[in-house]
Amino acid sequence: MTKHFITLEWKKHFRSSHWQKGIALKIIMGFLGLYFLATFLFIGTGAYFILKKLYPEQDPFEIVNSFLLYAILGDLAIRYLMQKLPIMNIKPFLTLPVEKKKLAHYVLRKSSFSLFNIFGLFFYIPFSVVLISKGYDTLGVLGWLFFMILIIQSINFLNFLINKNNQALVLIVIILGGFIALQKFGVFDITIYGGQFFNSVYKEPIYSLIGLFILMILYRLNYRQLRTQVYLDQALSEKTEEAKSADLSWVDRLGGVAPFIKNDIRLIWRNKRTKTIFLFSFLFLFYGLIFFTQEIYREIPAVLMFASLFVTGGFALNYGQFIPAWDSVHYKMLMSQGFSYRKYLESKWILMVVMTIVLYLLSFPYLYFGIDIFLMISVGAIFNIGFNSFFLLYAGSFNRKRIDLNTSAFGNTQGTSATQFVIIIPIMLFPVLTFWLFNKFVGGNSGYIAIAAVGLICLILKNQLMNFIEKKYIKNKYVMINAFGKEA
Amino acid sequence: MITIDTISKKYGTTEVLKISSLHIPKGQSFGLVGNNGAGKTTLFNILLDLIRPTTGMVTTNEIQVNKSESWKAFTGSFIDESFLIGYLTPEEYFDFIGDLRGMNKVEITEFLTQFDEFFNEEVLGKKKYLRDLSKGNQKKAGIVAAMMGNPQVIILDEPFANLDPTTQIRLKKILKKITDDRDITVLVSSHDLSHVTEVCERIVVLDRGIVVKDLETSKETLQELESYFSA
Repeated sequence: MTKHFITLEWKKHFRSSHWQKGIALKIIMGFLGLYFLATFLFIGTGAYFILKKLYPEQDPFEIVNSFLLYAILGDLAIRYLMQKLPIMNIKPFLTLPVEKKKLAHYVLRKSSFSLFNIFGLFFYIPFSVVLISKGYDTLGVLGWLFFMILIIQSINFLNFLINKNNQALVLIVIILGGFIALQKFGVFDITIYGGQFFNSVYKEPIYSLIGLFILMILYRLNYRQLRTQVYLDQALSEKTEEAKSADLSWVDRLGGVAPFIKNDIRLIWRNKRTKTIFLFSFLFLFYGLIFFTQEIYREIPAVLMFASLFVTGGFALNYGQFIPAWDSVHYKMLMSQGFSYRKYLESKWILMVVMTIVLYLLSFPYLYFGIDIFLMISVGAIFNIGFNSFFLLYAGSFNRKRIDLNTSAFGNTQGTSATQFVIIIPIMLFPVLTFWLFNKFVGGNSGYIAIAAVGLICLILKNQLMNFIEKKYIKNKYVMINAFGKEA
Repeated sequence: MITIDTISKKYGTTEVLKISSLHIPKGQSFGLVGNNGAGKTTLFNILLDLIRPTTGMVTTNEIQVNKSESWKAFTGSFIDESFLIGYLTPEEYFDFIGDLRGMNKVEITEFLTQFDEFFNEEVLGKKKYLRDLSKGNQKKAGIVAAMMGNPQVIILDEPFANLDPTTQIRLKKILKKITDDRDITVLVSSHDLSHVTEVCERIVVLDRGIVVKDLETSKETLQELESYFSA
């Protein structure tokens, strides 16, 4: 049976559309994964030496031990937000002659190999190797490592137990915050007790069996809970949220584009992925802080220009690049309705422009960094409104990947294709290059003027640009319907 | 009303649809039956200009569907759940479609009250998004949306599938009422032979993309269809 499960898992993984995505994306995701692994590996190997250098009079191992409790609680909080017990895929087995006992064990054991459990090992294992090579007691370190692996597994199962309980998260955060506060104000230092405990595991490796005991209890509890809940209306049920309708009739004043704008507002607010993009665009506002506060960057205006574009462009970039794929699921329906593409496209454009203006208004505090920076943000906003909004609409006619918001999950990258990487060039590099050229070779304020001019010219040519974009969408209509109809 | 002229659709070398000529007069209730892969949905998609035929053309009301889009104003359709917008409530969806079809708020509310019985209190006012409704209730919403804005042509792909018996009977009643005054052309496809024979005055059987039967519905039609499909 286990063999069956494993081959199914294998096929699921390699036949998933995720795997068959564009090569560019695969490479980038691969690199991202490797990057994280490398980071953990680096910290794991380097921690000993870094700590030794920073605090020469303390034992690095003891410093790490004293903070382990925080690491564990933090790990739990992250898992609580991101890791779910992968249970839905046992649905097809329910009616087959497979014991529910086996299904429950399978689901739980599978979760042991989750990435969340593996990343930690990339820290603990190299760290242990370094410790042994530095003359720490081999048996003690191995016992400690064994204990940490058991703890990681225990957190894994503890998370599933509390996952369905919102109060649990609050409790974790309060405990975590409480410990930090108590330590900060010098009332009570948990790191001492935590440190002592983990040190004692090193000194007496036999204590690591406590971890085994904890793990067994937690596994048992999980199993008991799951075993009785392998029913469609319990563990396997999907939650439905209550619909909340806000009154959007104020949008009606916009005339012909109003129905689409209303739709897009709902789209953004009611789907996890779009909501994240929306909220993130406000985080982009702070992007400038990274650059404007550093003296080195102040010498290179082109870099500042780059940052300025991001300050107001967060929404247009992140939302705009997936137009019209946001509507991909019901694109067929839209195309069978009698409306003008112009209105549809214009609604998307208005949305990007309005959000860019809002972000621009919110960026006024950047005046603090001087009029030059603010001028840059201003011309950046003009460029985003004038050039980028149209360009993103145009680029959208090349989008061929379906985004199914109904099945949205964490890390949903549906809709991403090579287009998304290619469009970055004109959107970011073109203005930065233009700015640099004018700034360098013409001097004065010519860089600002050039960027603003591009934006303004595009705005003046709005009708012609829109006509051009509309034609492109009409021409690509069938290809898009076909592509969007395919399951992601 | 609708004229199909030497339509064919090829994917690579396989021909999935080949109809030399088919005319559907105004006010006719037209039924399309056939096994899976017979080309029913492909034909409807071509009528709606969602797929381009390899050869031939479709005209509705003298308008060639892939040349002008003015036919959309008088054509309502529901092909599958992808016609719904999952993150909207049914009310918002009807508002959206109504808006696109030139209805105002009052007209939309008035229009929807006709379907109270059809909805059976399971669609409106449930505080649920369309994506969270059952398949049957999603279908109800889609069918009703296809009838918004006084269409002259209504195209419904498999409207009876997923509906409960009561709703199936109510839908038949609605469709009959629509076609009664011979003003609106209704195109329906179905796997259920008795439903189409009951609702449609003309039934066309497709088999692997080819019209194999074109019948005017009579008392014997159901039997004829059953014997055809059991052969």
